[in-house]
Amino acid sequence: MTTSTLAAERVTLGYDSHLVFTDLNVSIAEGSVTTLIGANGCGKSTLLKAFGRLLPPSAGAVRLCGEPIRELSARAVARQLAILPQRPLTPAATTVRDLVMRGRHPHQSLLRPWSREDAALVDQAIEATGMTELADRDVNELSGGQLQRAWIALVLAQNTPVILLDEPTTFLDLSHQLEVLRLVRAINARQGSTIVMVLHDLSLAARYSDRLIVLHQGRVFADGEPWEVITPEVLATAFGLEALVIPDPASGRPLVVPLEPAESSERPSAVRSQTQVQQAS
Amino acid sequence: MSSPVLAVVRRSPVNGIAVLGLALLLGVLASLTLGSNPIPPAQVVQALIDPARDTGAVVWGSRVPRTLMGILVGFSLGIAGAVMQGQTGNPLADPGLFGVSSGASLAVVLGAYLGFSSMTASLFLAMAGALIASVLVFTIATLSRDLANPVPLAIAGTAVTALLNSVISFLVLTNQSSLEAYRVWVVGSLSGRELDGLFPAFVLASVGVGLALANARSLNSLTLGTELAQGLGESLWRARLVGLGAITLTTASAVALAGPIGFIGLTAPHIGRALVGGNHVRLLPASGLIGAVTLLVCDAVGRVIGGGQAEVPVGVVLATLGGIAFVAIVRRTKLAAM
Amino acid sequence: MSGRQGVDLGFIALPWRARLLLVTLACVAVVVTAFTFGIAAGSSRIGVGDVWTTLLGAGSRAFEFIVFELRLPRASAGLAVGLCLGMAGALTQTFSRNPLATPDILGVTAGASAGAVSAIVIGGGGYSVGASLLGVGIPVVATIGGLLAAALVYGLSWRQGVDSFRLILIGIGVTAILGGLTSFLLVRAQLTQVSAATQWLVGSLSGVSWASVWPMLVVLAVVTPIALSQSAPLEINQLGDEFSTGLGVAVQRHRLAVIVAAVVLTSAAVSAAGPVEFVAFVAPQVARRLARSSRPPLLASALVGAALVMVADVAARVAFGTEIPVGVVTALIGAPYLIWLITRKNREEHL
Repeated sequence: MTTSTLAAERVTLGYDSHLVFTDLNVSIAEGSVTTLIGANGCGKSTLLKAFGRLLPPSAGAVRLCGEPIRELSARAVARQLAILPQRPLTPAATTVRDLVMRGRHPHQSLLRPWSREDAALVDQAIEATGMTELADRDVNELSGGQLQRAWIALVLAQNTPVILLDEPTTFLDLSHQLEVLRLVRAINARQGSTIVMVLHDLSLAARYSDRLIVLHQGRVFADGEPWEVITPEVLATAFGLEALVIPDPASGRPLVVPLEPAESSERPSAVRSQTQVQQAS
Repeated sequence: MSSPVLAVVRRSPVNGIAVLGLALLLGVLASLTLGSNPIPPAQVVQALIDPARDTGAVVWGSRVPRTLMGILVGFSLGIAGAVMQGQTGNPLADPGLFGVSSGASLAVVLGAYLGFSSMTASLFLAMAGALIASVLVFTIATLSRDLANPVPLAIAGTAVTALLNSVISFLVLTNQSSLEAYRVWVVGSLSGRELDGLFPAFVLASVGVGLALANARSLNSLTLGTELAQGLGESLWRARLVGLGAITLTTASAVALAGPIGFIGLTAPHIGRALVGGNHVRLLPASGLIGAVTLLVCDAVGRVIGGGQAEVPVGVVLATLGGIAFVAIVRRTKLAAM
Repeated sequence: MSGRQGVDLGFIALPWRARLLLVTLACVAVVVTAFTFGIAAGSSRIGVGDVWTTLLGAGSRAFEFIVFELRLPRASAGLAVGLCLGMAGALTQTFSRNPLATPDILGVTAGASAGAVSAIVIGGGGYSVGASLLGVGIPVVATIGGLLAAALVYGLSWRQGVDSFRLILIGIGVTAILGGLTSFLLVRAQLTQVSAATQWLVGSLSGVSWASVWPMLVVLAVVTPIALSQSAPLEINQLGDEFSTGLGVAVQRHRLAVIVAAVVLTSAAVSAAGPVEFVAFVAPQVARRLARSSRPPLLASALVGAALVMVADVAARVAFGTEIPVGVVTALIGAPYLIWLITRKNREEHL
């Protein structure tokens, strides 16, 4: 039985106006890459925030390595768990390096404001995200994708065994999305980090995760390895999506192929698509 | 705010405007009927139709001008505040930020210093001062060559306002008549104006309101961020200019009439946003209506509390009651940060 | 800001902030100069060298009288007021993430003003600021008023913690309420009282004695280390409350510490000299632009504030025919300088 690094036990979560989850149980195993998926508004980010100590549950507890996370100090948690929230604020007059340096904060104190180790980790994080050439650029001048990589570098510099990423691939083009996800996997392989992500792209989630959790209507709708979870039935019910699931030729993982409504009762044929191409040109 | 009202309003923004319109009517009624000499509504209506009646003098002589002034000033300030916050993207922005109130005040104080203290003189002086001040602010902001960024505009405005205020302080502390004129002026009051004195201000304010409404779509784009706005085809320069014109004309007329009444421009947009949302096409009129209602109510209260000479100036009531109401609203509502 | 890595001194390493260090040192130099001129200038001029020899105990009796009895208290007051307001302004603008925020929005200034004006109008007669008659009364009343108002604002904005935006709006509301009450008093008061009150409201260093200076120095000594200890969390908090929690900042505790520091600093300064206009707004803005940093640096802001107030006071005493309150001059000097800084094309401008 794998030890659970992060666990939500009988958790009731929500905002003033409405509850998103009631009596929810989710546990995350150490060293795994788990992705939370689901339709918009299903509560993926809400759950991630609860894991990250950003949203207190109104009932139940979130545990980090067995300890209730509420009872730990913010600093103690920050040394174990890093979270990249959805819309961080970008400060003025800050270079990429300055930004990434802030990731070392939980490990610093008044008596030890900066050390060689801090510098080394910052450099590593910048290199790992491919930001070395941009390290001295002002963050306000970066493109959306570059800025996203800078945020990830900050989180990497924090150097924690658990990393939570809330939609880390927004604004990135496909090649950069793949870069980020490969980086996540590399960190997981190299350091055994436990990673929990929220992603929108189902095929990418399937390709790069060990485990997928589908949230729907306030509960865990499906939970398991990608092939167990990504099925046409799950897609139809939890996502309202008519789709085929085929093996991805490159990775062998499930690939979601959405169907156009008119064709949902027939399988698409190669001849038909060719005709459509001819008609279109 | 009670939940049933909010629920009705939230269902559709048009409801919000309708509720505010109703509130305005009630405000007008209050303004016309209440005072040290309360007149029942029926008589008010009769007096309105037939001015020669006994209460006609009071109604037409002082109540109607006051009411109209209250609507004009409140509406102008409310709209000006909404445009200001939309232009600067800063929820702490107040129309006085452009130096308009201070420019007007300085002109009035200078006028008193030099001996011009008649009503009409101060009206025109105030307008001139307001316009000059805002031109100054806009020039400075343009010189920073960064119209895309609202920060220099806000900072230029604050700097110019402080500059003008210090000149005012200097004059006021060294000259008794200036001090006398200033301390009455600075509090803000709706009393003592005649109907025909309102006309130039009304014209100016109307132009200003027109410009503001014309600026509404640009404001919607600006709040998305200036890059996106330019992508949507906004001419930044024109958007800023129209906005500035709107703020200046509306605030200048309001301040010229009633003195530098603060607070409405700052708070009405926040309440408006809570009621009808952030679309400026609806937010601008809503802010205006909120400003008008608030001012009318506060003026009526001021008249009821103290009558005649002892009446409490609307600026004082506004700040006190308005502040209390605002705090209560902020506490109860879930605010959308800008 | 330079992207260079830390300076490693072996036993301790410091993050390298070249420009900030230079700017702070330059500000110290300016402050010392302004302090010297503050003592040197006046109806009887004293040479700069004489100022320092006298301060060090080797001056003539006449000089000793002028320096220690007349000039030093006032220069020290200017220094202390500027330091307090500059730092309070930096703290407020940083935690609220808004360059237009001043400590006034926390209600402190309005509370202190309401207290002071009440004392003048209700309690006093024709009285001028700093007269020993009410010399003890007004600062104490102002302090109490300021602290009460700030506590009220904080308490009213508590809702499972304090959100900066809500705090600011409630602060504005409370400031308006207290401002209304103050205006009401002024409208009803006699003209002499109004004159005295207006003097106080503008901010003035005339008639400050050592009695007003000591409290400020004590406050500075106590609060500055606290404020500096919050420097790192302030930097992190610029990324937003969520990120701050994720990086280990106890956001509510940190915010309370910052607010209390700003309130106490402002309260001390306002009680001594009245609400000196504009310093808390402009000093952090100037310091931030000079240092090209992402937020107003605490020490540099304090020093710029001190320089501004002292230079303004010298100008107020000497440049015009009669003595005018320092609050009038701070804007006259500070505003054009800030405007000049803005119009110099500066690309790092996204606050």
